[in-house]
Amino acid sequence: MKMNGARIMLECLKKEGVDTIFGYPGGTVINLYDEIFSFKDIHHILPRHEQAGTHAADGYARATGRVGVCIATSGPGATNTVTGIATAYMDSIPMVIITGQVPTALIGNDAFQEVDIIGITRPCTKHSFLIRDVKDIALTMKKAFYIASTGRPGPVLVDFPKDVQIAQGEFHYPDTVDIRGYKPNLSGHPRQVEKAVAMILESKRPVMYVGGGAVLGGAAEPLTILAKNLTVPVTTTLMGLGAFPESDDLSLGMLGMHGAYCANMAMTHSDLIIAVGARFDDRVTGKLSTFAPHAKIIHIDVDPTSIKKNVRVDLPIVGDVKDVLTKMIKQAEKNKDKLAAFETALEPWHGDINAWKEKHPIAYKHSNTTIKPQFVIEKLRELSNEDAIISTDVGQHQMWTAQFFKFNKPRTLLTSGGLGTMGYGLPAAMGAQAAFPERQVITICGDGGVQMNIQEMATLVQNRLPVKIVILNNNFLGMVRQWQELFFDKRYSSTCMELPIDYIKLADAYGAKGFLATKPEEVEDVIRRGFAEDGPVIMEFKIAREEKVLPMVPAGASLNEMVLNA
Amino acid sequence: MQHTISVIVENDFGVLSRIATLFSGRGFNIDSLSVAPTNEEGLSRMTIVTRGDDQILEQINKQLNKLIDILKVIDFSDGSAIERELALIKVAAEDDARAEVLRIVDIFRAKIIDVTPKSYTIEVTGNPVKIDAILELLRPLGLKELVRTGSVAIGRGAKGWNG
Ligand SMILES: Cc1ncc(C[n+]2csc(CCOP(=O)(O)OP(=O)(O)O)c2C)c(N)n1
Repeated sequence: MKMNGARIMLECLKKEGVDTIFGYPGGTVINLYDEIFSFKDIHHILPRHEQAGTHAADGYARATGRVGVCIATSGPGATNTVTGIATAYMDSIPMVIITGQVPTALIGNDAFQEVDIIGITRPCTKHSFLIRDVKDIALTMKKAFYIASTGRPGPVLVDFPKDVQIAQGEFHYPDTVDIRGYKPNLSGHPRQVEKAVAMILESKRPVMYVGGGAVLGGAAEPLTILAKNLTVPVTTTLMGLGAFPESDDLSLGMLGMHGAYCANMAMTHSDLIIAVGARFDDRVTGKLSTFAPHAKIIHIDVDPTSIKKNVRVDLPIVGDVKDVLTKMIKQAEKNKDKLAAFETALEPWHGDINAWKEKHPIAYKHSNTTIKPQFVIEKLRELSNEDAIISTDVGQHQMWTAQFFKFNKPRTLLTSGGLGTMGYGLPAAMGAQAAFPERQVITICGDGGVQMNIQEMATLVQNRLPVKIVILNNNFLGMVRQWQELFFDKRYSSTCMELPIDYIKLADAYGAKGFLATKPEEVEDVIRRGFAEDGPVIMEFKIAREEKVLPMVPAGASLNEMVLNA
Repeated sequence: MQHTISVIVENDFGVLSRIATLFSGRGFNIDSLSVAPTNEEGLSRMTIVTRGDDQILEQINKQLNKLIDILKVIDFSDGSAIERELALIKVAAEDDARAEVLRIVDIFRAKIIDVTPKSYTIEVTGNPVKIDAILELLRPLGLKELVRTGSVAIGRGAKGWNG
């Protein structure tokens, strides 16, 4: 049966199991939208800004593990997606971004709303395609989804010219795809696995350092089993939170710039670091020359370019982290006879760690007069559902969430780690809520970042997506203010949000509910009332204005040079 | 250290700019780059001469391998490849200098491909060291224009890149 290219595109999405897309219409996708109008198998959500649509697809992908899909028109629509694409790229999130393009005959002519979006996004996409012929749509989409979701995942952009959407063709979706230049190595080498387990059994002060790769690779379960079987302590990066239960005694919490004292001390004193799907980012290592000076390093990652990029590695294992960890569990079982002696040998190490934990736990000073942001996070944890999904924006509130919420399950924290994109939290929560209408979805934002995509309140209300928006309002661009306080003599250049916003009226204007807490004793009540609402809600907390995120490793300092209370 | 890498790529839209973006975005150097189709339909071969310490070269290799359109990255360690480059050189040649140029051309088994009363244009092929050497001798006579192709490289022995 013949159909137009626009319809073929939708049939491809259906074949890929896509149930929800986020998109914004315009001249070069109007044909696609004409087909969407009558295509009932896919739920289309109209955000109020293409950046938000891209973040929503990203939030959908992070919460579900499936490929997030969004659509934008050519020109300004396409350029509006760039921040969202770069955000997804830095955190290796599987996405397919479909952009309209001017008709093929006009490409290169500076036609109306033409931009070279493939050129613009080349450094922040895993791959991209320009579809030049209606015959190529199906194979291109098959490749796009395959590339986005396999190996180290990432965003793939498909540029879809208007004339190709109009042209008539047959629809045949390929069952399999073979790309000569793309063969991700998924299976960890058995020899390397043997060596890794042998190295662990010889170590006295091992730490597992776990990144977002463990979440993306679905490796939380084997990770937890392996760590517990071997009694090896686990620290995670911001992106790795949830891969290992923070409620477990072996958990050290998050490491790095705002990580736990015990985690950073453990890295500094360790004799063996087992890195799992992590990339030794500068926010984690601190000063490289003094990073983990006594440790050998085992690095497990599906992406060979992550290995030995920043630090020397003694034993690389390229492969899917789930596969490698599962093999390691089996290999450890083969060494059962050595386990008892190994665990005894670790006792002094556990002693050191417990001492560090007690000496400087993640903590804050409670106040009876002003609301401490950490207190709000603790209350949110206490009062939210066990399977709640939390997204954050970027800034102090993000770090407080990472420190105080205590994540126990993978894919329950959605946060922009690599790019640190303000404006991410609200639309990402929207995407997660669209994927899981029945789950509790909470976004925790600052008063700066929430305004970067506040227009999505309209999308939430229109689509009955009951996201709970928490605003920790310090009337400051808090994280930058903190740096100015510590390193720039309190010269608060352009970080004071001088115009107070009435968020309650704002919620009302969008047809949502708003609740405000100004005193500590109101916090719990506001959260309870907010959670009890069926629809989207803003919960605003006027927090201690100059509270700092601590501890902190100043940029460029060593991990063990933490500012504990400034 | 200079280093020669061959990459076999799909003849796809945008491949060259993907590679260029990779090098510029990550601060890798390209000393020379040449590209042309191979004997296999749809495939081109690029020869890239780059520089860096071992860690950088390892990253370059891995990052190239990661690009979807690249089928194979061949990293020629010392002596494993035969390298050739072609140069076209326009040199001033009047009076006594004319004989001197001809002598140099002869020694290097180069060719004169264009002559005017004031100049010679020379074609020379060889490994890049040889080309540097002839240039050094010609430079004092007055180089007017120089065009080099950049190296191309092929592995020694009976096997092709894919066996
Ligand atoms: C798009 C974007 N612009 C600027 C920054 C730099 N930046 C990082 S944190 C921050 C302050 C965020 O303030 P707010 O949203 O109020 O959160 P708080 O730190 O107060 O919790 C800024 C400006 C950024 N990360 N992203």
